[in-house]
Amino acid sequence: MTPLLKVEGLTKRYGARIGCADVSFDLWPGEVMGIVGESGSGKSTLLNCMAGHLAPDAGRVMFDTRTEGMKDTITMSEPERRMLGRTDWAFVHQHARDGLRMNVSAGGNVGERLMAVGARHYGEIRDSAEDWLGRVEIDSSRIDDRPTAFSGGMQQRLQIARNLVTGPRLVFMDEPTGGLDVSVQARLLDLLRGLVREMGLSAIIVTHDLAVVRLLADRLMVMKDGHVVEAGLTDQVLDDPQHAYTQLLVSSVLQV
Amino acid sequence: MSDYNFAYLDEQTKRMIRRAILKGLAIPGYQVPFASREMPMPYGWGTGGVQVSAATLTPEDRLKVIDQGADDTTNAVSIRKFFERTAGVETTEDTASASVIQTRHRIPEAPLTEDQVLVYQVPIPEPLRFLEPSEIETRKMHALEDYGLMHVKLYEDIARHGQIATAYAYPVKVEGRYVMDPSPIPKFDNPKMSGMAAIQLFGAGREQRIYALPPYTQVVSLDFQDFPFEASKADAPCDLCGAEDSYLDEVIVDDAGGRMFVCSDTDYCRARRAAGHVGAQGKTEDAA
Repeated sequence: MTPLLKVEGLTKRYGARIGCADVSFDLWPGEVMGIVGESGSGKSTLLNCMAGHLAPDAGRVMFDTRTEGMKDTITMSEPERRMLGRTDWAFVHQHARDGLRMNVSAGGNVGERLMAVGARHYGEIRDSAEDWLGRVEIDSSRIDDRPTAFSGGMQQRLQIARNLVTGPRLVFMDEPTGGLDVSVQARLLDLLRGLVREMGLSAIIVTHDLAVVRLLADRLMVMKDGHVVEAGLTDQVLDDPQHAYTQLLVSSVLQV
Repeated sequence: MSDYNFAYLDEQTKRMIRRAILKGLAIPGYQVPFASREMPMPYGWGTGGVQVSAATLTPEDRLKVIDQGADDTTNAVSIRKFFERTAGVETTEDTASASVIQTRHRIPEAPLTEDQVLVYQVPIPEPLRFLEPSEIETRKMHALEDYGLMHVKLYEDIARHGQIATAYAYPVKVEGRYVMDPSPIPKFDNPKMSGMAAIQLFGAGREQRIYALPPYTQVVSLDFQDFPFEASKADAPCDLCGAEDSYLDEVIVDDAGGRMFVCSDTDYCRARRAAGHVGAQGKTEDAA
């Protein structure tokens, strides 16, 4: 079995400062990887480098493409990368507003990726939009409403529907539960967990919320100052942290 | 002849515009940036079209100017006068005898020939403008043929109105490559662009873009399989000349709900009436 994504020595510097340094790992099909760390630890930089939003200074991001097998996504051409970005990859932004078209209806938002890969049948596009709204628990009567009329949690769920409609194999998530209140977070996590299991998705989730990775992630990387300080199975890292920083992180979680 | 250089613009400027036109013809549908000049008329009055016409005209040309199909409205009259004065070229209202036709928002009903050039005035050349505000991003989308967003607009139309409600400036795909804004012509005129014998040039003065379609270029209006493109017009014959196949203007004639439909192309209507065709109100109109 080959890994779905193979990251080798990924480095990004902002001038003299380090964004992330020498990060390497393999992500296997169906696996969910969590990346945790405090603000400024380089986890978002790492995610953006992997997803092709930022150009890294060194390293390789190999992806198991459907047609050509393992291919470096950093050196591949822009059209190829964009194609990947709207078929096999998905990116869920922390703020739903960054990932949605706010002046386009919910149905149009979900249908955009389908139309971008060549769907030209209105009825079919609308049917799959309706189907996906249902899957993320948005009432299908809201299909023609704009995201501005949605609550924060609904916007986030709509963003997820919009990303998953083309059946991607790898989802990048940047703080998917950030800025939502806890009950909405719980529902969203439940939904995500269901979708990940049901579709066999691989995912990389960046978060500072340890509860999120506890629920969703199979494996965990802990980052500090741009470096990965500890990695391993989620339960193992959270229950028996080895690195001093991880110990601090785990012990800082508030108990209710 | 006046003291102006031929057709108002200096020779270097015309050369620069001709280069842009040639590039546009070489890459049908691609928007070529050019250094648009200040013209002695406000933006929105056809400064782009006038510059393209000025660079295209020769002293032997005969110019026709159309404004919304009509030869006798302000825009058409003033631009025609402008070139009469600065270029001293012959002008005409007859479509068939004109060699350069500058048009605002219409394509003449009479088929054009290989000896003619059609110059469009374009307000906003970028078909993706209202979907994606960033020029950097739209250029990238054109370069990468990333046109999914255009269909999102059509999807929104159907979702909201039950049909594709875009009635003018209906987006087209040129030779299977570039998505192009055909300028605000009614979508009734879209099919005429495809395979046209005449050269079609598009000038946007404020936006500083020129694009072009060489003769016999394939132009396809975007649509969905289950909502195909339809070249719509008012469902009536012309009240003056009885034409059933021309694009019609609706004219309110009194304040009691009276209305009539007349050809938007005045030259076409005039020619038909001269040939003896009479519409429902054609007679009374003559008497008045």
